[in-house]
Amino acid sequence: MTNLAASQVGDPVLNTIVFAAFVLITLYVVYKVSTRNSSTADYYAASGRFTGPQNGIALSGDFLSAASFLGIAGAIAINGYDGFLYSIGFLVAWLVNLLLIAELVRNTGRFTMGDVIAFRMRQRPVRAAAATSTLVISLFYMLAQMAGAGAVVALLLNVQGKGGQALVIAVVGLIMVFYVLVGGMKGTTWVQIIKATLLILTVVLMTVFLLGKFGFSITALLDQAAANNSNGTRVIDPGAQYGRTPTATLDFISLALALVLGAAGLPHVLMRFYTVPNATEARRSVVWAVGAMTVFYGATLIIGYGASALVGSERILSATGRENAAAPLLAFEIGGTVLLGIVAAVAFATILAVVAGLTITASASFAHDVFNNIFRKGKADPVAEIKVARLTAVVIGVLAIVGGILANGQNVAFLVALAFAFAASANLSTLLYSLFWKRFNTNGTLWAMYGGLGSCLLLVFFSPVVSGAPTSIISGVDFHLFPLTNPGIVSIPVSFLCGFFGTVLSKEQADVPKQKEMEVRSLTGIGR
Amino acid sequence: MTEVVPPPVRARGQRAATFGGITTPAGQPRPPAGPDYAAIHASAEFTELRSRFRRFVFPMTALFFVWYLAYVLLAAYAKDFMSIRLFGSVNIALVFGLLQFVSTIGITAWYVRWARTRIDPEVERIRVRAGVDAR
Repeated sequence: MTNLAASQVGDPVLNTIVFAAFVLITLYVVYKVSTRNSSTADYYAASGRFTGPQNGIALSGDFLSAASFLGIAGAIAINGYDGFLYSIGFLVAWLVNLLLIAELVRNTGRFTMGDVIAFRMRQRPVRAAAATSTLVISLFYMLAQMAGAGAVVALLLNVQGKGGQALVIAVVGLIMVFYVLVGGMKGTTWVQIIKATLLILTVVLMTVFLLGKFGFSITALLDQAAANNSNGTRVIDPGAQYGRTPTATLDFISLALALVLGAAGLPHVLMRFYTVPNATEARRSVVWAVGAMTVFYGATLIIGYGASALVGSERILSATGRENAAAPLLAFEIGGTVLLGIVAAVAFATILAVVAGLTITASASFAHDVFNNIFRKGKADPVAEIKVARLTAVVIGVLAIVGGILANGQNVAFLVALAFAFAASANLSTLLYSLFWKRFNTNGTLWAMYGGLGSCLLLVFFSPVVSGAPTSIISGVDFHLFPLTNPGIVSIPVSFLCGFFGTVLSKEQADVPKQKEMEVRSLTGIGR
Repeated sequence: MTEVVPPPVRARGQRAATFGGITTPAGQPRPPAGPDYAAIHASAEFTELRSRFRRFVFPMTALFFVWYLAYVLLAAYAKDFMSIRLFGSVNIALVFGLLQFVSTIGITAWYVRWARTRIDPEVERIRVRAGVDAR
């Protein structure tokens, strides 16, 4: 192996061809499944016609972003065990969905998270809060994906100029908007299914190959990973990344809390539970998603250590995409340009599909929660509502493209973790309270949502993410007051406390008949 | 089975407030009246279903959450313990990490089995009594 891999590997033409093939196939599928004359139920929730297994695979497609695929493999390749530790939060988080959220949400709501949270509350203020939180979370998450697209382009298509990268980001954005406009939820779901299948097949094949190469001996893999890593044997033990300082350790605990509690509050995950016909299928969705993700995160462990063992940490860190280059470089090492082309296409497909999922969620929230339920008091003409949803999707697509171009090259990895912190702080508390706490009322809902969102934003603004560290967004000034980059450890309890005190301190009575109706519906699915 | 539940009536007139139109499929007229949620809510079957559900999911949530938290805290603050090699280069940390996978799958399987035998038939019974077509 020559060291040309340091800057550029593989064949950009081949990478482009494989990616173009994915785009063409998915566009064809989206076009085939699209229904003209669609209703709101069709556009937002594919009329609830997907089966549990289909939706489960699509859920994993929505959830496994480029940050998961390239980021976690890279984190394990460089920092070893701590990368694996990070990945486990994403998996365990699905138990919250399984036990407390999926079936009840599917039974109570219809299209958006706002349907559940506003069910027994005053519609307009709660819908506004739910839409705000959905839009903020989706935009943060999307920005991270789109900025990542720039890095992937640079690495895999050998587009080095900022202008060329901007063009590719714009193309990615346009394809994504097209998926959403033409396919609605049905088309987007099929894109997720195709992408998730490809992603999981690819990582499984790489894993089987790696295991075979090391004679199915984990010890052999770990030892060689340690030998080729500048961290040495520290990559086998915890602490290489999160153990550097006491603050880093606490920061990790904050991150872990956000991850494990955030997955059940991500609007694009919640919305997927509406695409199945009943609660049993929603349960099966989560089972399939857990299965797919167990395989995926298990495989990333092997791929991460494999990249350290076969590529080596120094070569990874000197490549264009740094950590993100670990999986592609490993693919090139074991499978040459063809496997690299496939991995490149899968990485791209991942970005495309996740952004499409976020776009349909954000556009549904705006059209259904804001336009229909706030502006039209729930009486909007379905045709007009879909028109608004489609228009919103275009606007969000443009925002994503512009944001992606502006954020290209910035350190935005924290945005995904931040989106999880937002979801855990604003959405999970309100969802759980409204499903399980009889007394919970409108005032409490608003306190919990805005308290969670607000404390998150404030803490991040006064954290080293924004100022006071070498990697900060604003350099040169230091106004950081909060030492952690992830606000979860403070903002999650704040949100739960706000919800509690907002409820007990207000004189407002809970709407008893609606509360009873919600309990009956959520557990039995009656009325849905 | 107790028979204290008044047979749910489909038409009750005093239908609860409409909910942003979301109960109505787009383009279809709203059915004249829905199920009587208050009566179902007060029924013994429903109360039993609700507490049975909560008796399972709340402790189970606490269990996996505490176990995850314990794992994270051990990895963060008990590095020497977690770095003890068990066999070859495999240490306690790696085994605990893989056990998180095992416990996640185990709880999922347990819940699914439990829900199929202990929840789904009850839900079906309540739905039939409420006059909602069986799924």
